[in-house]
Amino acid sequence: MKIELVKQLLEAKVVCGEDMMDTDVCSACGSDMMSDVLAYVKDQAVLLTGLVNEQVIRTAAMMDMKCVVFVRNKRPTQDMVSLADNNGIAVLTTPLRMFEACGKLYEAGLNRDGVANA
Amino acid sequence: MPEPLKFTYDINGENFASAGEASMQIKKELRSLGFDPQTIRRVSIAMYEGEINMVIHAGGGVAEVLVSPDSIEIILTDHGPGIPDIDLAMQEGYSTAPDTIRSIGFGAGMGLPNMKKYTDEMVIESHVQKGTRVFMRFDVK
Repeated sequence: MKIELVKQLLEAKVVCGEDMMDTDVCSACGSDMMSDVLAYVKDQAVLLTGLVNEQVIRTAAMMDMKCVVFVRNKRPTQDMVSLADNNGIAVLTTPLRMFEACGKLYEAGLNRDGVANA
Repeated sequence: MPEPLKFTYDINGENFASAGEASMQIKKELRSLGFDPQTIRRVSIAMYEGEINMVIHAGGGVAEVLVSPDSIEIILTDHGPGIPDIDLAMQEGYSTAPDTIRSIGFGAGMGLPNMKKYTDEMVIESHVQKGTRVFMRFDVK
């Protein structure tokens, strides 16, 4: 699934990484606990979270994730955006809540096993 | 056999926002040395968890990374309160981190188990009131 479609499904705004909309992602992880995210290694993943601090971006960078989505319209700080930009991570914000955001992506075929079936 | 490359980082225990900077650095170094992405990811995740632990529990410490073509070793040393029961600390979900740490996304009791999971060998030596030394080895496959 392209990040462009993630953006559309989640009615999201792009904070940084406008040039990455054509990048493919094939799994996703929704969590506010970064250690749980770090326990889960998949390629080309999206991280959905309601947590807003630098460690979210560092966690995504460690995991080679391509996209971070902040739910409930949470806004990342400028430092976080620069960190994401420097590490090739697209940052989106969605008005949706975590449950709905994850549900929409799952329903559209993004699944936890890293195999996109749509 | 050539001497391993050595990188040393001071982990600042004062500033949670900067925790993980050393892991980002080592990730870049390993990438420029041409290691494969899986190895780089294993090393940087384990180092990141270790770095976070030192900031949360020990007021910072030192990370030394020794890089050879066939293995990477990390030694994390701190002078924090030590771990009274290492077997208990290794259990998934066990944490002594305060709620303030959980509210910033850590302290789920997954740090040490995650580190162990991504290493080929991990040895923890800890003395209460003196500090902790964590040795991790990653074989390059």
